[in-house]
Amino acid sequence: MQPRNQPALLDLYERMLLIREAERNCGTLFAEGAIPGFIHLSDGQEATCVGMMASLRPDDTISSTHRGHGHALAKGLSLDAFFNELMGKEAGACKGRGGSMHVADLSVGMLGANGIVGGGIAIAVGSGLAHKLQGKDAIAVSFFGDGAMAEGVLHEAMNIAALKSIPVIFVCENNGWSEFSPTATQVSFTLEKLAEAYGIAYQRIDGHDVERVAVLGAEVVETVRRGGRPAVVECLTTRIRGHYEGDSQRYRDHSQPLVDPIDIAREKLLKIGVEAPALDTLAAQIRDQVLAAVDRARASSEPSFSSVMAGVYATESTR
Amino acid sequence: MSASRFAHAINQALDDMMERDPSVVLLGEDIGKAGGTFAVTRGLQDKFGADRVIDMPIAENAIAGMAVGLAMSGMKPVAEIMFMDFVALAMDAIVNQAAKLHFMFGGQGSVPLVIRTQHGGGLNAGPQHSQCLEGWFAHIPGLKVVCPATLDDAYALLQAAIEDPNPVLFIENKSLYPMKGALSDPPPRIRLGEARIARHGRDVTIVTYGAMLHTVLAAAGTLAGDGIEAEVIDLRTLQPWDEATVLASLSRTHRLVVAHEAVEAFGPGAEIAARMAHVGFDELDGPIVRVGGPFVPVPFSRKLEAEYMPDEQQVIDAVRATYG
Repeated sequence: MQPRNQPALLDLYERMLLIREAERNCGTLFAEGAIPGFIHLSDGQEATCVGMMASLRPDDTISSTHRGHGHALAKGLSLDAFFNELMGKEAGACKGRGGSMHVADLSVGMLGANGIVGGGIAIAVGSGLAHKLQGKDAIAVSFFGDGAMAEGVLHEAMNIAALKSIPVIFVCENNGWSEFSPTATQVSFTLEKLAEAYGIAYQRIDGHDVERVAVLGAEVVETVRRGGRPAVVECLTTRIRGHYEGDSQRYRDHSQPLVDPIDIAREKLLKIGVEAPALDTLAAQIRDQVLAAVDRARASSEPSFSSVMAGVYATESTR
Repeated sequence: MSASRFAHAINQALDDMMERDPSVVLLGEDIGKAGGTFAVTRGLQDKFGADRVIDMPIAENAIAGMAVGLAMSGMKPVAEIMFMDFVALAMDAIVNQAAKLHFMFGGQGSVPLVIRTQHGGGLNAGPQHSQCLEGWFAHIPGLKVVCPATLDDAYALLQAAIEDPNPVLFIENKSLYPMKGALSDPPPRIRLGEARIARHGRDVTIVTYGAMLHTVLAAAGTLAGDGIEAEVIDLRTLQPWDEATVLASLSRTHRLVVAHEAVEAFGPGAEIAARMAHVGFDELDGPIVRVGGPFVPVPFSRKLEAEYMPDEQQVIDAVRATYG
């Protein structure tokens, strides 16, 4: 049975395309120097974040990773706030103070990308506990990569989430790479066994098929929301690009074809009768929408250092 | 005024704040049923329940990280790290997350959390249960660091720390817990960052904080017998520290000693001395002298630890050294 409120495939496809197109521009802007620092693109992983988040509400909270552009956009960060932030502009989501690794929009429950591998996991568990203590039925989702499986905090967080019945979903986006190393060389266990050890329900899914991820996501979100117990979802996915932009990827076998969730969704849409020209028109609209945001960000102003110095401490609780 | 103890003043502040603000929750190891290693949280779980006084497993990283998540989602967590030495296990959550988020997210949100912990030697707890690590946190933009020395200050500063929208390290010296004293009724209100002149004097300024205040006051009494009147400043808050009060005192006394239990090398006293050497250079009639722990881990044995701890005589010697 299809859960109610299940977004249609076309809608999911559109959300994925927006992320892909935004990140394609990120790559270009980075190459030309308009985006400084380090950026980690999530090409190939769009189906996991779009699918898992399709059933989340605005009051549900998520914590994300250094590969967090998709999570931020899927949760509702605007393209303008996104590009301005990556380009270090005053109009950025974080006023140019955080950049790619720290995009956040607390107004939509996006508690931040994170420059520390595993750094968002306990934050999500704490946020889930806050929802529970406040008597709300909101939930928290912690997105993390398979690289974070080797971090100790995952163990601490899963143990506590299970012990205290905290409504949090641990979503592992397993792309098989811990930065430059195959994950098989990094962890000696499976997430399934780990979840079992904590008594946490575990589901594994092919994270390339956005429709299937969305169906599973809706089920798990509903279960956690109603039952108040944590859950683990492992999405097997593909990192199409390098660990970061500029990564020469000499460690990688390039002869293997990569699975692309956007191709899969497009084929499915064609199969159910959506016309190719309609999809091309949609892609063109998204391209224009993203390009317009990029152009606005290029033209917007730089932040001032004096505002930075005044911004270290909060003067009042902003909740 | 009512007779009390240092630990009770902290307990009372937690009790009153929880009473007043339902978003205040405590989390930590053995703080509920067990009442805390030093009985500081005794009785609070009975009164407020296990949902607000949350016993956590021995997992400092997650305790601090969850406190960040709680604080970002509408709660005011007071997380206890049982011994300050254990903050080493929670540094990512405190330094990379809590301290940065308000700034790093461009002013979105705040992280109103308190990390309560206790530092200091004197209980023969050995190298991993006695350190004074407050300097680590005073070095991090985005954190506030508080270290009370009296019952009223413990109450009032903890209240101010919980009300503050920023992450605050609230550091108690374990040797002070049994200290008897009077808690004012009603207790005073103090803003973070305000020092207190604990003793007025014209000849030399001694800046200190935490349990060392009591050592310094004893030294000041001895010095008075020799005709040297020391002005003693209890910083109370290390970050932000009350530079104006210290400079004003130095401008009256023209001599400066900074004393703390933390290791002297790269300790908080280094910052205070350096700032005063700069902004107070014209006021100085002698070298600024520091008193702090020697550059060695806190040793265990009674004899060794007693010799390790900065004492009254070292403060007296430091004052004399300012006379060149």
